[in-house]
Amino acid sequence: MEKNNLIELKNVTLAFEGETVLDRLNLEIRDKEFITLLGPSGCGKTTTLGIIAGFLEPEEGDVFFDGKRINDVPAYKRQVNTIFQRYALFPHLNVYENIAFGLRIRKLPENEIHEKVTEMLRLVNMTGLEKRKINHLSGGQQQRVAIARALANNPRVLLLDEPLAALDLMLRKDMQNELKKIQKQLGITFIFVTHDQEEALSMSDRVVVMDNGRIQQIGTPKDIYNEPTNAFVADFIGESNILDGCMIQDYEAEFSGKRFACLDSGFAPGQKVDVVVRPEDVDIVPVEQGMLSGIVTSVTFLGVHYEIIVDIGGFKWMIQTTDEHHIDETVGLIIEPDAIHIMHKSEYSGRYGDYSTYSDEIDHLSDVEEDEK
Amino acid sequence: MRRNHTTIGRRLIAAPYLVWAAIFIVVPLFIMLYYALTDDNGVFSLANFATLGRYKNAFLVSILYALISTVITLVIAYPLAYIMTKMPISTQRFLLILVMLPMWTNFLIRTYSWISLLSNTGIINTLLSKIGIGPLKLINRPGTVILGMVYDYMPYMILPIYTVMSKIDRSLTQAAEDLGANRTHVLRKVVFPLSLPGVISGITMVFVPSISTFYISQKLGGNKTMLIGDVIEYLFNLGPDYYHVASVISMILTVMILVCLFVMNRFSGDDEGGAIL
Repeated sequence: MEKNNLIELKNVTLAFEGETVLDRLNLEIRDKEFITLLGPSGCGKTTTLGIIAGFLEPEEGDVFFDGKRINDVPAYKRQVNTIFQRYALFPHLNVYENIAFGLRIRKLPENEIHEKVTEMLRLVNMTGLEKRKINHLSGGQQQRVAIARALANNPRVLLLDEPLAALDLMLRKDMQNELKKIQKQLGITFIFVTHDQEEALSMSDRVVVMDNGRIQQIGTPKDIYNEPTNAFVADFIGESNILDGCMIQDYEAEFSGKRFACLDSGFAPGQKVDVVVRPEDVDIVPVEQGMLSGIVTSVTFLGVHYEIIVDIGGFKWMIQTTDEHHIDETVGLIIEPDAIHIMHKSEYSGRYGDYSTYSDEIDHLSDVEEDEK
Repeated sequence: MRRNHTTIGRRLIAAPYLVWAAIFIVVPLFIMLYYALTDDNGVFSLANFATLGRYKNAFLVSILYALISTVITLVIAYPLAYIMTKMPISTQRFLLILVMLPMWTNFLIRTYSWISLLSNTGIINTLLSKIGIGPLKLINRPGTVILGMVYDYMPYMILPIYTVMSKIDRSLTQAAEDLGANRTHVLRKVVFPLSLPGVISGITMVFVPSISTFYISQKLGGNKTMLIGDVIEYLFNLGPDYYHVASVISMILTVMILVCLFVMNRFSGDDEGGAIL
């Protein structure tokens, strides 16, 4: 299984005007997988895509495709196609000619072109719109044409640069499903770039979390969510309570002034660590039964559950619960061993505080609610 | 209510322009029409048209010269504009200023400069004779007239093409490369079609003044080639008796230019017209 790497980036480094954009990036992309580069803007994810597509050349490091070094291969000779953020459809050509663009360059016979374009139009549900001008299409339709145009070339890899960012929420959900379906159907590699963690988790086989030109973690969506490697990943993916703690011994950690059983081992006794507890993994119980206790400072109803902020010794926890609680109520918390995830300290430790700023906002909202009573 | 307000406001703002246009564009056109369609006694007459045949040659030569200089200008300007867009922004700005610089000098002065460069005792011939070549006959030839026109109108070709080209979204050329297009393909299939509006306005802006050119031909062509613009100037200089003939020729030239503008508009309008439909 290790042998089926299609693309490999080795120690890829790139700087723009003295500012490092990619810092010794190592990434292996497997054949036929749906891999997502996820991170905040400026993390280097689009740059990585540009290097794979051939629009950018790394200053150091190598790019391999199918075992061959392709640093010097120009974009037009690479077996990858890109879907651009704003689609970059040719405004002087209609839908048909946009999709046929790559085929015409390869000088395919007209009947083959027609066959391929028709097939692509069917794939993206755009049959009948061949003659449309590009600027008469809706955003979603343009998106489909961009997909068809890229796939018409039979690429081994499709690069998608935030392709859904310009679509509204409903359409985005539909396109997510559709892209996933197309990827399965064609059995090619998708490299997807997004800053939307939900999108990344729901679509990908593997997620690459990036920040500051460096890869923070690579793993399946479940790994990334359940076993974040550092405070950045824990904070970026989903909601997290990230606490200062220390390991007492294997399977026992101390934080918030108490000792907890956990499932993590391999740390030195007394080692300082970051502890992650997801808001949905905390159980609320009567104070006397709780392992910890605190005061509810805000309550927000979100439909499926309530999001409440509990102040425990000055640290504001976020907890998701289906039971209703009230502000100033004292509650007890139970944290099961499998709800605790221990991480090594990193440069990100301490950078992500508790939910106090967050709760201020909600305090304000709940004040309004009270006024109405 | 509000709507009325803005239309009145708009009219007020447009008023000075309308007055200006009426006095300096419409009125002269009518004066020209008046002279073209009357005889010496101010009576309506089409007799002036009978003299037109005499100037057929000047018309044909003018059209030919205008076509040749437009083509040469385009052939030089297009690659230049393309190369400019590939330069770093600071270089682009510098080159733009170089292109526009001659436009800040009066064209009479620039034409005289060409005389002092090209005449038999001019700078170029002095240098050439120093290294033992000739004096060559550089001035007073038809080619020199074309050179003068190409030189004079070059910025009007470069600027619109450059402006349109530099606005082409970089992601479009990247997309073309991504789909397998090499440089030639990108230029032919993306940059060229998208730069056509600039080419068309460049052609219009060069062809129209070229066809009505005068003075350049007198100074650089040695009065051997009379262009239609020179004919008009010559006739007007002869005095009021010749105003009628001169006006008829001007009228024909104006109509030709209008037809030319109309055709060009159709060309460039095609793209957008199709897009709106």
